[in-house]
Formats: sequence, structure tokens, C-alpha cells
Amino acid sequence: MRIFLEIWRQRSAADEGGFVRYDVPDVTEHMSFLEMLDVLNRRLVEAGDPPVAFDSDCREGICGMCGFLVNGQPHGPLRNATICQTHMRHFADGDMLRLEPWRAAAFPVLRDLCVDRGALDRIIASGGYVTVRTGSAPEANAIPVPKEAADRAMEAAACIGCGACVAACPNASAALFTGSKVTHLGVLPQGQAERRRRVVSMTEQARAEGFGHCTTIGACSRVCPAGIQLEVIARMNRDWLIAALSRREEEEPVAIAPRSSPMRFYEQAPPKTQR
Amino acid sequence: MATNPDALSPARPTAPAPDARIPDGPLDQKWKRRRFEMKLVNPANKRRYRIIVVGTGLAGGAAAASLGELGYEVLSFCIQDSPRRAHSIAAQGGINAAKNYQNDGDSVERLFYDTVKGGDFRSREANVYRLAELSLNIIDQCAAQGVPFAREYGGMLANRSFGGALVSRTFYARGQTGQQLLLGAYQALARQTAAGTVTQYPRAEMLELVVVDGRARGIVVRDLVTGRVGSFAAHAVVLATGGYGNVFFLSTNAKNSNATAIWRAHRKGALFANPCYTQIHPTCIPRAGAYQSKLTLMSESLRNDGRVWVPKRPGDARRPEEIPDSDRDYYLERMYPTYGNLAPRDISSRAAKTVCDEGRGVGPGGLGVYLDFRDAFARLGRRVLDERYGNLFEMYERITGDDPHVAPMRIYPAVHYTMGGLWVDYDLMSTIPGLFVAGEANFSDHGANRLGASALMQGLADGYFIVPYTVGDYLAHGGIAKLDEGHAAFRDAERDVAERTRRLLGVGGRKPVDDFHRELGELLWEDCGMARSRESLTRALERIPRIEEAFWRDLRVTGTGEELNQELERAGRVADYFELARLMCWDALQRNESAGGHFRVEHQTPEGEAARNDAEYAHVSAWEWRGPGEEPVLHKEPLRFEHVPLQQRSYK
Repeated sequence: MRIFLEIWRQRSAADEGGFVRYDVPDVTEHMSFLEMLDVLNRRLVEAGDPPVAFDSDCREGICGMCGFLVNGQPHGPLRNATICQTHMRHFADGDMLRLEPWRAAAFPVLRDLCVDRGALDRIIASGGYVTVRTGSAPEANAIPVPKEAADRAMEAAACIGCGACVAACPNASAALFTGSKVTHLGVLPQGQAERRRRVVSMTEQARAEGFGHCTTIGACSRVCPAGIQLEVIARMNRDWLIAALSRREEEEPVAIAPRSSPMRFYEQAPPKTQR
Repeated sequence: MATNPDALSPARPTAPAPDARIPDGPLDQKWKRRRFEMKLVNPANKRRYRIIVVGTGLAGGAAAASLGELGYEVLSFCIQDSPRRAHSIAAQGGINAAKNYQNDGDSVERLFYDTVKGGDFRSREANVYRLAELSLNIIDQCAAQGVPFAREYGGMLANRSFGGALVSRTFYARGQTGQQLLLGAYQALARQTAAGTVTQYPRAEMLELVVVDGRARGIVVRDLVTGRVGSFAAHAVVLATGGYGNVFFLSTNAKNSNATAIWRAHRKGALFANPCYTQIHPTCIPRAGAYQSKLTLMSESLRNDGRVWVPKRPGDARRPEEIPDSDRDYYLERMYPTYGNLAPRDISSRAAKTVCDEGRGVGPGGLGVYLDFRDAFARLGRRVLDERYGNLFEMYERITGDDPHVAPMRIYPAVHYTMGGLWVDYDLMSTIPGLFVAGEANFSDHGANRLGASALMQGLADGYFIVPYTVGDYLAHGGIAKLDEGHAAFRDAERDVAERTRRLLGVGGRKPVDDFHRELGELLWEDCGMARSRESLTRALERIPRIEEAFWRDLRVTGTGEELNQELERAGRVADYFELARLMCWDALQRNESAGGHFRVEHQTPEGEAARNDAEYAHVSAWEWRGPGEEPVLHKEPLRFEHVPLQQRSYK
């Protein structure tokens, strides 16, 4: 089959971008979408043109590295699947497909279809964990977890952190992402001690990163490759309300050795100290 | 490198054995004793020590988080855009631990025994015993982190069975166990990042190890976004960069998994152990076409309920559901009645190859066997099976377009894991002092074949419970000179990296890097894959340099080094694969026996099983780099089996 592509090309964050048209005449239905782009890139390199930059790693739908918009749809037309799991049999001969990177202020474009999703890591770092020192854990069966709670936690923890929810949201909200981690840890006995602090700090961090507010439209859940349900946002809102109402003026957790910009690649070499 | 195999007679003198520094005393006291003997770092001094951890999978993520908790200054590097995406995330089936929650007779000793036997007696007893002991702590740690393991209705942890074991000791989180364990480690890492003990460097690729005065003192890194090359100095370096299965091009590894970090360390003096031990996983989705970019694993856990078969008659063209039981050969159940469909991976893969070689394979090219759930659906019903394997069924259907509820899955073996890796001592330190290697990147625990659900166990044991102690002991012994990135060794290493980049960009040929990589991979799969022979390996050793030569003559890399350039990234990795591939073939040629994943057709029992030669090859082959094109030097570490008597592995 023959596929026509319009792909967003942008050399770097500092450059202007624009759509460029490509024609891929030798596509077969068993190819994955990314293999189709591999074929295109192979030809571009042979012609001496820069290939289209796109992120991918596991190509099994679990690492969350891939993702872009296909005709405005995050990860393309297939429900509950990443673009790496989408095969060309879901498209028709002669289709014109427009590929563009995630569009969100919190996800700056790095090149072509690659964006910087470091904001999601910083949301997790703001409280998306259980504080448990290596070696300090009790016997695993000492704390029973009802099967229903384990199942709810697993459903929420299935989030792959790809950012499709943000790209689908008219407000570029990260509520589904944040809610999934708040829910995962909030329904487990192990996550109770930090439950209130967690929901407040994570939602505050999401706002600080430039993600918008959630208005419960539900576009996020519809495009989520991991099938995360809107329920996680409701749980997050409920936890946030309880935390906000019962909150006392508490100080931030003390950092051991605060540094200025975690999760950022070095602009200069690190400070030269004698080591 | 010479290609004359006769140059490798057993009488050939070899270099001295590296010292594994295994503690004395009874097996079950060794780790305890080692820990007590360790020197400790004054807590107030820990922040003055900087430790580099490369890789953020289970081993690297767990090590960086734990070292950060202890108070060291940790720099954590990964090539992905987030530490959460390391390839551990793709592990499906589960993690072993000798908890004996099922009351079915499991114990640390039994897990130890199964692992040594499963590894075909080519691993260190002391290491494996420690691994089995630590498996208990891992489950505790992960449960406390909130890893949503599968539970029974009473709230207790559930288990399932995996290949190579007759007890049910595998803990799991649906078919996403690796993902959930990695998110646990990632969240611990994120906590330390927020606390300021760990600094994250995502989208950063280590391109050189810096060795000063014989010690590992830092790395040179390329920022994959800007192309900037920079140096980082430290007191110790931990490599947890995974395996080298992608040397085959087609494997179940993630696209970006590569061997450059360990290969650079090897070239700087770290011995490389058992490079020929690669694991071919029996249950993967067969390849569909020449454009195929990778292969997808179907978890081994499916063999709990799925039955593997091919038609009895070669060329039987009927649809699988039309073939009656009398015309089916459930060959694993026939050949290995005790373990049946749960025979270990190396054995199951070879059996699949055998029936396909007999012309009984199914699907395009006859390269496939059926994994059939018909009987399980009849016995347990759709709901139970979907609860167990739902996401795997979906994954299969998404890729192939076929629904495994209706017709059996079609599977074929694929490269999955590499048991070989950088040689390490009992403390997981390589032959370069200060360079520690954890997880799949080292060779330590699996011998010649890894059992299912043991990779996650080893990665987390290394990362949470071994490296944080042994690195501390290394630092506490002192003698590490003060230096910073201004040292001449860093300038030299940066210059080497810049020179390599310039060379790759300057070839000026016509062919993209993947063309060469595919060619190398196909050659390795044919000549150094599921079956090897003196003839095939000799041929490979002649042909690899020709592909390498063509690479340096006809490669085209577009763009520059000062930008996000994925072609350039791949080219650097493939350039290292040529050297690694030769070492793999060289090692396979030297090992005149069959063991686990290393099957030499000249060495098999009358029944076609692997025939070991314990008299001559009960050793670790650790190779020393002598320069491009030079013959590597073999260091043999003898292996002694005092607790699991040497025997031919039987799963019949």
C-alpha cells in the first residue's frame, strides 16, 4: 500500500518548524507504524537528507518512549495501543496522515517528533513514591493487601508515562498521569502514611510545570494506551479535597542536600571540586 | 584477530586466573562473613564521595537510589528520556523468590540448586547462593514500595510457575512485572533526586570510561539532545547498562539497548566473561518481513497453561484447529515428560529448532510452532485465562492480527538475554578497580543459561543489596587520589570520542547504518545462534571483518555531531558490535563443549542434548582486549561444584 505523510520537521527547540510532505509507496499491512517510518528514514538517509527524529525504545507498548499525533489523535486511531503497537493494517492504501509532536507548553519540542517530558519525572519526584529505605521493609506478607485494592492499584500503576493524555487534553492537563500515581499508592496500605502530602505536592508540581487544569472532559482516558480510567482523577480530587481541608501549615520535606536543577542535563560541566 | 581455530589448542598457555575473592567458610555464611569484613565509610564523609551509575534499569536504578539514601553523591545517567523507560520495564512474567508461600517445598537451597543446574553448571556457587538468599529481601522491599503484586483473596501474595522449576515461586504483577518493579526503583530514585543526593542525566550516552592510575575515575558522555560531549569525574563507577543481545539486530531487546558502555570498559581493561552465552527465548512472535525492526516476547508464563505442538506430518497444511490430537506432536511433553511445557528456555528453543528443521514448522517459511490454549480454555474458562494473561493475548492480537482465543499462537525462538558480560568478582567489581558492574551487564549468576524470572531477581539483588555495600567497602579502603575533570585523562578520552564521531560522520558512503547491522545480525544468528559449529564459527570470524570493512567504507551518517542525531548514535553502537561479535564467535569456537545456551553441534549426547566437557571447560572464560584485530587473551577462572554435584542436566 501507499501512504502519504505530512510530518512536522523542526531542527531543534530554537528553530522554526513546519510540515513536510513525504510519499511512502512500499508499505505492507504487517509493518508496524514505526517500521513504516524506518522505511521512510532509510530512504531519506540514502538520499542524504536528515531522517525524521522520533522516539521509540521497547516497541512493545510498555516503555512509554514513543508517541506523536496522527491526524490529531495521540498514538493514532487504535484504542488502548501506543503508536509502536499500531500496525499498518489499520490504515488504507492512499491515506494521508499528518504526524506532529505532542503539543503542550510543558513538553518543549526537541527535534521533529521528539519532545522533552521531564516535567512528568518532576511530578513523580515531588511525592510519587513511598518513603522506604532499602533494607527497612517488613516481611512482604506481614501487611495483607485485599485483592480488590491490589487490582485497583495495578490498573492505575499501568500508566506508561507517555504523555498522550496531556496531548489529548484541550487544557494540556496532566491530571490522568498524576491521578494514576496518586491512586496507585493511595489505595494500598503501604501508601497511606504519605497519602495527603503526596496529593498536594504532586498537584502543585503539575501546576508549576505549566500543565493546565482538569475540566473532566475525558479525552485523556479515551486515548490512554494503558487504559487508565477517569476514576483516578476522581480519586485524586477526593484525596486532594480531604488533604486541603484537613491540612495544617506544614513545612516542606527537608532535602538532604538541595541542588538547583534536578532532572536537567548539565548546561556546563559540573562544578569543579577537588575529588 | 587470527581465524585459524587450530591456534586454540587446549594446551595453549593462558593468562593467570582473575581472583574472584570468594569468602571462605560454609556456603550459607559467605555473604554474611563478607559483609562483616567490609570496611565502612564514616557517615559524615559519604557526601564527599561521588559515584557514577550508568543505566537506570532494575540494577542501576536500585543501586543509584540505595547509594543516594546512604548519603553518597550519585550521578545517574540513562539514554532514554526518563529513567523510568529502561528496558527492565519490558520484562513480563515475574520474579523468583524462595519464600515458600505455596508450601510446596521451596527453600533458599532449592532455588540455589535450580539456578546452578539451570545454568548448566557454569556459574559460581557462592554467587548463586547469595542471589537465592537475597531473593527474600527483594520481595519485602518491593511490596513495601507499593509494587502491586498479584494477591490472593485473603490479601497474601500469589505465585505462579516458571520454566526449570517444579515449585511455584514466581511473584508477578499481571504480565507487567518488570514495569512495576522498575517503577518501584524509579520512584525510590525520584525520591533521592528530590532529596538532592542523586542528579539525573537523561538522554545521555556514556561513550568512554576514564581510567586514572589503574582505577575507574569517570566517564565521557554525549548529551543526545545537543550533541555536547562532557566529562564527569567520580570515586567509583557502576555500569548497569544491560545486555548485548542487540548485536543480533533482531532481538527482544529495546531498540536503544546497546553494548557500547561495557565494550568501552572492556577496551580499557575490564575482562569480558563468557561472551558466547546468549539466551534464545523459545516463545516470541515470529518475524513477519524484511522491514522487521525487533521481535516481541510472549511471556514464558504462558507455558503454564499453553501447550506447545507442531503437526506430526511435515507439510501438513491444515488449519491448526482442524488438526486432531492424533496428528499433533506435543513435542515438549513427549521429550521431557517431567517438566513438559515448562522445560528450561535453552532446551525448549532447541526443541523448536529441531522440529522446524524436520520440516514440521508452521507459518511462513516454516519457522514457527503452536502455543495452544484450547485445553486450558476448556478446563479453566476464558475469564480465568484472561485474568492471568489478558494483556499478553491482546499484545499478540495487536501485532499479528490473530486472536489467540480462537486459534493457537504461533511462536518461534528469538535472542532475548545475554548471560555473558563483564567479568566481576564476588563484590561485583570488574578487573578495573573502582568499576562495578551490575545486572545483565555482568556475567555473574546465570552460568550458561538463565531460568525464567531470574533476571529481575538478579538485577534487584545487585542494585539494592550488593553494590551499595561493596562500593562502600572499596571507598573505605582509601587510596583514591583527588582529581577533577581537568585531568589530562579526561581531555584524552574526550578527544578519542570526538575523533570517533568525526570518523563516523566522515565515511561518506551510501548505505544507512541499519543495513550493516542487519547483515551482521543475520550472520550471527546463522553462525553463532541456537546452534554453532567449528565450521560456522570459523566462517563467521572470516566474514565479520568484511562487513566491518564495508561499514567503514560505505556508511552514510547524515547531519552533524552537534545536534540530536539518531543515525550517529546507532552508528557508534554498531561500530562496537563488530568487535564484540568477533569476541563472541571466538569464545564460542574456543569452548569445545555444549553448555546451556551454547550448543556446539559437534558436542551432543545421543539424544541430542548438550554434552558438557567438565574436565576441560568447567571454567569462566574471561577475555582480555589486546587491541583492534588482535587476538584476545584468555583468563580462566576455574569453577568448583561442592554443593550441587556435577551431573548431566535432565528434565525428562
